[in-house]
Amino acid sequence: MGKTLIEKIIARASGKGEVKAGEIVFASPYRILSHDNSAAISKIFKEMGAERVWDPERIFIALDHAVPPSDEKKALNHKLIREFVRAQGIKHFYDCGVGICHQVLPEYGHVIPGSLILGSDSHTTTHGAFAAAGIAIGRTETASVWALGKTWLKVPQTIKIILKGKLKKGVYAKDVILYLIGQIGADGANYKSVEFAGEMVEGMSVSERMTISNLSAEMGAKAAIFPFDETTRKWLEPRVQQPYEPLYADEDAFYEKILEYNLSDLEPQVACPHKVDNVHALKELGKVKIDVALLGTCTNGRLDDLKIASEIVAGKKIAPGVRLLVYPASQEVLKEALKLGYIEKLVEAGAEIAIPSCGPCLGAYGGVLAPGEKCISSANRNFKGRMGCKEDTEIYLASPATVAASALAGFITAEV
Amino acid sequence: MKIEGRVWIFRDDDINTDLIYPGKYTYEPLPGEEQAKHAMEDYDPEFSKKVNKNDIIVTGKNFGCGSSREQAVTCLKNAGVEAIVARSFARLFYRNAINSALTVIECPEAVEFIFKKTDKQGSMLSELKMEIDLKEGKIRIGSEEFSFPKWDEQAMLIFEAGGLAEYTRRLIKEKTKA
Repeated sequence: MGKTLIEKIIARASGKGEVKAGEIVFASPYRILSHDNSAAISKIFKEMGAERVWDPERIFIALDHAVPPSDEKKALNHKLIREFVRAQGIKHFYDCGVGICHQVLPEYGHVIPGSLILGSDSHTTTHGAFAAAGIAIGRTETASVWALGKTWLKVPQTIKIILKGKLKKGVYAKDVILYLIGQIGADGANYKSVEFAGEMVEGMSVSERMTISNLSAEMGAKAAIFPFDETTRKWLEPRVQQPYEPLYADEDAFYEKILEYNLSDLEPQVACPHKVDNVHALKELGKVKIDVALLGTCTNGRLDDLKIASEIVAGKKIAPGVRLLVYPASQEVLKEALKLGYIEKLVEAGAEIAIPSCGPCLGAYGGVLAPGEKCISSANRNFKGRMGCKEDTEIYLASPATVAASALAGFITAEV
Repeated sequence: MKIEGRVWIFRDDDINTDLIYPGKYTYEPLPGEEQAKHAMEDYDPEFSKKVNKNDIIVTGKNFGCGSSREQAVTCLKNAGVEAIVARSFARLFYRNAINSALTVIECPEAVEFIFKKTDKQGSMLSELKMEIDLKEGKIRIGSEEFSFPKWDEQAMLIFEAGGLAEYTRRLIKEKTKA
C-alpha cells in the first residue's frame, strides 16, 4: 500500500523509513513557530528546568497579535520575548510590524516542501500550501519542543479533496473553502490530514492555497496539504536558499475518504454567526446591514486580496457609518500594495489602514466591536465574542471581494 | 485512578475556545485563579461561580474547537473541573488537555444517556453523580455503565507524570545526569 503525503512527511521528520496512519512517532520540526505567546512559552520552558533551546536555528518567532502594544502589560510581554530571543541566540525573530507569523514564515524562506512545521497557533495549517505539514500544538508542548527538539505525533488518516471545474468571475478561493467547510462540517476533518488535488488546485496561486490551508483548521484538520508543483517552486525560488527535496503522495496511497467537488457553479459564500460551518450562498441572505468591514489577517491579507478589494472600491466611497479596516498580512505585502497603488485606492475610499498584524480577528487588540454591531470579515472565525464583544455582535466571513463590496453598500453583498 | 463528581451538562456541539476562554485575556498572562474566574464566561457567566472541585462536564461533539490557547484547558482545571466527557473533542483541545493532565474522555454513549435526561439546551448543573475509572476505561452513572477506549501509551505516560511540563522536566533531568 502506498503512502499519503502526511505519512511521508512525518516519516522524514521522525527519521524513520516509513510510518503508517495510527502509529505514534517522535518527530522533529524543521521550524517551530510562535508569536506573542512566546513569553508564556519561555516561562514554561524555564519552569521545566531547561536552560538552552535545542536548536536556535529552528525557532521562529514573529510578534503579530498585539502590535504595536496598546498598554504596559502587552509591551512588557514583547520585551520579555526580545530578552529571551537575545539570551538564547534565536535566529529567526521578527519584531512588531514585519507581519503575521503565517505570512512572514514563508516570505522569509522558513518553509520548504516536505518539511514539518509545528506552531503554537491554530492556523499553522497555512504552511500546507507549500507541500509541507503545518501542525498546530499548544504552549506547553512548544516549550517542550524548544527543550527537547521533538514531540509525539499520531500519524493521521488522510481525506483527499479533489476540486474540479473553473470558478466563475467574482468567486474566489475563500468561497471555495467556506463552501467546503459548510459541506464537511466544523469537525469533519478532526484529527485528519487533508490533501488537495484536482485541476482547480493546479491553477491556484500560492496565496489562494494559503487561504484554503489556513481555513482548513476550521474543519478540524491537523494538516491541510497541497501537492508540490511549478507554482510552489517558483514562489519559493527567490526565498529559499538551501536545496530541498519535495515529497509526493503515492498513486496507490490509502485515503480514508475521497471527496470530489465540481465548483464551476459556485456562488459567493458567507459563513454566518456564530459557527464557521454555518455557510450559506450569499444570495440566500436577507439584507444584513454592517458596521464594520474587516479586510486582512492571515487568511486574506495578501497582495491579491488587497488588489481585488482596491479595484472594487476604486473611485468610490464606503457607505456612511461603515468602518473599513485594512490589515495587510506583512510589511512586504504593504510595500507592494503601496507601490502598486492599492493602498491609495483603499484610503481614498475611506479605509483605515493598520499595521501588518492579526488585529481585530481575535478581539485581543484593535478593531473591537461595540455591543449590537455587525461585521463582514475576511478572517477565519465568527465565534460569538470573537472580536472582543459578545453582546449581540455578529461576524460574517466572506471573501475580500465581498468585504469590499459590502463596505460600499453598507450591507452584505457581492454586487459591484 | 478514579474520579467521582457532580455532572455539569453543556448540551451543545462545537463549544469553541472563545466561549471557554475569551481571546481578550489570552495575551495578559493571568494566574490560575484569575483564569478560573473567566472559565466559560461567554457560554455561561454563572458557571465559574457555581463550579466545584471534582465536577465533571458532559458535552456534545467537537468540544474545544478553534484556537490553540491552552488557557481553554487550564481555566477549567483551575476552576475545579476534574474531567470532561464528550461525544468528541477538537484535536488541539484534546492534546492540550492531556499535556495539562486534565481527563478527557470520548464516550458518545454516556453523553447520549445524560442528554436524554433533559430537553433544555445550554449549560446546567444536573442532579447526577458520575464515576470514572481511567484504568478500567469505565464510566458509571448510578447503575448504568459505559466503556471508553483507553488512551495511547504515550498520552498515558504524560498524563501520569502530571502533564507535559513535568514529563519534560524529568526527561531533562535524566539527560543532565547522563
